[in-house]
Amino acid sequence: MDNKNITFKSKDLLGIKDLSQEEISLILDTASGFKDVLERDIKKVPPLRGKTVANLFFEPSTRTRTSFELAAKRLSADVVNFSVPTSSVVKGETLKDTALTIQALGADFVVIRHSSSGVPHMLSKILDISIINAGDGANEHPTQALLDLFTIRSHKKKIEGLSVAIIGDIAHSRVALSNIYALTRLGAEVRVVCPPTLMPAGIGELGVKTFGSIEEGIKDTDVIMTLRLQLERQSKGFLPSLEEYFTLYGLTAGRLKLAKKDAMVMHPGPMNRGVEISSEVADGPQSVILEQVTNGLAVRMAVLYLLGGVKK
Amino acid sequence: MRTLIINGRVIDPSQEIDGQRDILIEGAHIQGIYPGGKGPKADNTIDASGCIVIPGLVDLHTHLREPGFEHKETIATGTMAALKGGFTSVCCMPNTDPVNDTEAVTEYIIEKAFKEGACAVYPVGSITKGQKGESLTEFGALRKSGCIAFSDDGKPVTDSLIMRRALEYSKIFDVPVISHCEDPQLSRGGAMNEGVMSTTLGLRGIPNAAEEIMVARDIFLCELTWSRLHIAHVSTAGSVRLIREAKANGINVTAETCPHYFSLNDHALESYNTNLKVNPPIRTEKDVEAIKQGLKDGTIDVIATDHAPHHADEKNREFDAAPPGISGLETAFALGLQLVDQGVIDLKQLIAKMSLTPSKIIKIKKGTLNAGADADIAIIDPEKKFTVDPARFSSKGKNTPFKGWQLKGTVEKTVFMGKISEWA
Amino acid sequence: MSKEILNSKGLERALTRIAHEIIEKNKGTDNLCLVGIQKGGVLLAKRLASQIEAIESGHIEVGALDITLYRDDLNTKAEQPVVKATDIPFSITDKTVILVDDVLFTGRSIRAAMDALIDFGRPARIQLAVLIDRGHRELPIKADYAGKNIPTSFNDLVEVHLKEDNSDDRVVLLNEQ
Repeated sequence: MDNKNITFKSKDLLGIKDLSQEEISLILDTASGFKDVLERDIKKVPPLRGKTVANLFFEPSTRTRTSFELAAKRLSADVVNFSVPTSSVVKGETLKDTALTIQALGADFVVIRHSSSGVPHMLSKILDISIINAGDGANEHPTQALLDLFTIRSHKKKIEGLSVAIIGDIAHSRVALSNIYALTRLGAEVRVVCPPTLMPAGIGELGVKTFGSIEEGIKDTDVIMTLRLQLERQSKGFLPSLEEYFTLYGLTAGRLKLAKKDAMVMHPGPMNRGVEISSEVADGPQSVILEQVTNGLAVRMAVLYLLGGVKK
Repeated sequence: MRTLIINGRVIDPSQEIDGQRDILIEGAHIQGIYPGGKGPKADNTIDASGCIVIPGLVDLHTHLREPGFEHKETIATGTMAALKGGFTSVCCMPNTDPVNDTEAVTEYIIEKAFKEGACAVYPVGSITKGQKGESLTEFGALRKSGCIAFSDDGKPVTDSLIMRRALEYSKIFDVPVISHCEDPQLSRGGAMNEGVMSTTLGLRGIPNAAEEIMVARDIFLCELTWSRLHIAHVSTAGSVRLIREAKANGINVTAETCPHYFSLNDHALESYNTNLKVNPPIRTEKDVEAIKQGLKDGTIDVIATDHAPHHADEKNREFDAAPPGISGLETAFALGLQLVDQGVIDLKQLIAKMSLTPSKIIKIKKGTLNAGADADIAIIDPEKKFTVDPARFSSKGKNTPFKGWQLKGTVEKTVFMGKISEWA
Repeated sequence: MSKEILNSKGLERALTRIAHEIIEKNKGTDNLCLVGIQKGGVLLAKRLASQIEAIESGHIEVGALDITLYRDDLNTKAEQPVVKATDIPFSITDKTVILVDDVLFTGRSIRAAMDALIDFGRPARIQLAVLIDRGHRELPIKADYAGKNIPTSFNDLVEVHLKEDNSDDRVVLLNEQ
């Protein structure tokens, strides 16, 4: 594929919503190159030598933070981690001041995770350096969707025409939203499956089909994505009990048979075994869950590499 | 000292006047209205060529923030902003610190306004002590010291029995109870309107029903008690429907909306601009259309500003954490004029909704150019274009979502109690 | 203004000569492998390999190397160059690696290629084969095998067209005017 004339428009990756189909393809193609790098003995390449990536995580997330950290290090960048308990945020410093401080320290990239939607967008207006959204509130988690696409593409060769079911806490899931944008933009049929209490308003207007029944939702699909159910949903009254959720919406081996024979099973992690997915399925032959983790590194390397080239 | 305003198009809904007239002001009062060019000799004249000359505007819903939040606004800056926006009377909401729930606070506001205010200030007392929704304030004492209405604005009175008592008790003083209609359980954690936009922005939504449930409750309580209910900042199609039906059934309810509810829809929030965060939230285009219909058919009586100034540092935060509110006094009339341009209402109706009708609701002798009335007048060039620039606001609150908007309708001069202020 | 430096025949002859020189210099093909630099070098490496195989009969392994991530100008370019595939499906450790490129110019690509190569293993030696050496070296690098040396001015362009890219085999010099 020739991507010569495609460049990144923005200095930031705030969400899939802002990306064109061509930009998404460019990231995925670039990630293929980095996947190769990750299979070598020496897994480090030099393009971001002398650059600094600041991980600014206001929500704990060992997985995503580690993935970004390793991706940056594989590209020879220096990495600094700011997490809430160790930074001055607890002293009442405003988000704006924290961000400006990180820029003044000479960071070239800020990877941000925050519980409030729109925070990366706010930082993007304040800072000149590249902002990468590592998850904001219930809005977007673009690198997760990109790694999911990359994983699907490496198995199914293309995205267009596939039928993908996303099951779980759609209303509170940035993973779901980013995947809905990405999959529909690349021409997949997207089905969202969840109890009505977790179905966000107006989701149908985003070009997806909605299902209250998991059996109907996953029938004949090529890909099944299960989402992590935040356990506090129960206490907040969205669900009567986790047991009932598993009974009604858990992905079990029996239900998996309703999808296509070669359907892939995905999960962004960390999993609640026995809540959204049974161990049998999670560890079964159709599961690509660990591959997603590896691909996450390649995709994040691609994003860092491509944004590194955008003139600021 | 006699001043004659000449060459202007005088519009006074109280006298059904719309035409070329001369207005003679003597001291703090209007001496009389004369046919154009027929006004008597005066000490000085104001040439209002190309302008409309209208009663000074009356805002039923202003937050002056003093006492307690002087970093957001003061009585001095807020009333100056009012004057600049063509307003000569503002009703200030009680959510100050301390809450305006005692004579002492009311008297403080009135005294401060007398000393430092640029226009008339009418305090609204709180319905319950500390706006806690638990026990009624001393309506009698508050009324006596100058409160013209009661409201727990910003905090809904969730206990229906307390609301019933408030409506009943207000009848002694023949004052309206202004209701901020919101079911706080339904709206909990919400930052914007619930719908496809809240979904795509990942922000927690506030459904229309959170407002409408309380509008319905208060209408039934109003019917039960035969009191005077005024619904603040109506934002949804369902609220308009409920109020329309209540009026048709003879229930004594009045209602206001604000410029942002007919000028913006929730698509504007795409930018996560916290200046668009307001409570109730900016709704969908369908609601905007219903609000306009409500203004047109008279369901919505009043356009108020809900002027809610905040400090830039408070707005410059995570969307979830930013306080709701728009600094609205200095853009309200120009945004209202857009309704006239769109053919929703005519100029006379707009002026009535922003001066005469609110005056009648709180029973003050304002909003008219009658001979003998206070000389409160706005002189506005309805065709002159300007770009909204919060840096030029007199209000301390620069929090406007209309920054950069091209509007028409500049306030050229405002006359308050005969005193002329000119805005170049 | 453009000038043809090599036509199809000339290009083929140059490759044949290089193939012979490689065999001669290395006293056969034992332990030999070829690695082409993306993109032009990869095609040339494949052709050289089949020429060598034709002369010596045996199998020569050929790899493709993308040097994008090792370039020294990534910080100065307006956009990031596209990362192309690196495919070296054999161990280069203790091998004699013939690095193949189409045009040798400043030498910076070769520096990047050597850095990249060494991340894959520790070759016994690295030799450099190029179709065209156009001068203007900025680094102390020199080709072990060159198809043709041509004088150019710095801003000239040398284009290598190959039939694998749906074109006739030819090398053209484009003047700066």
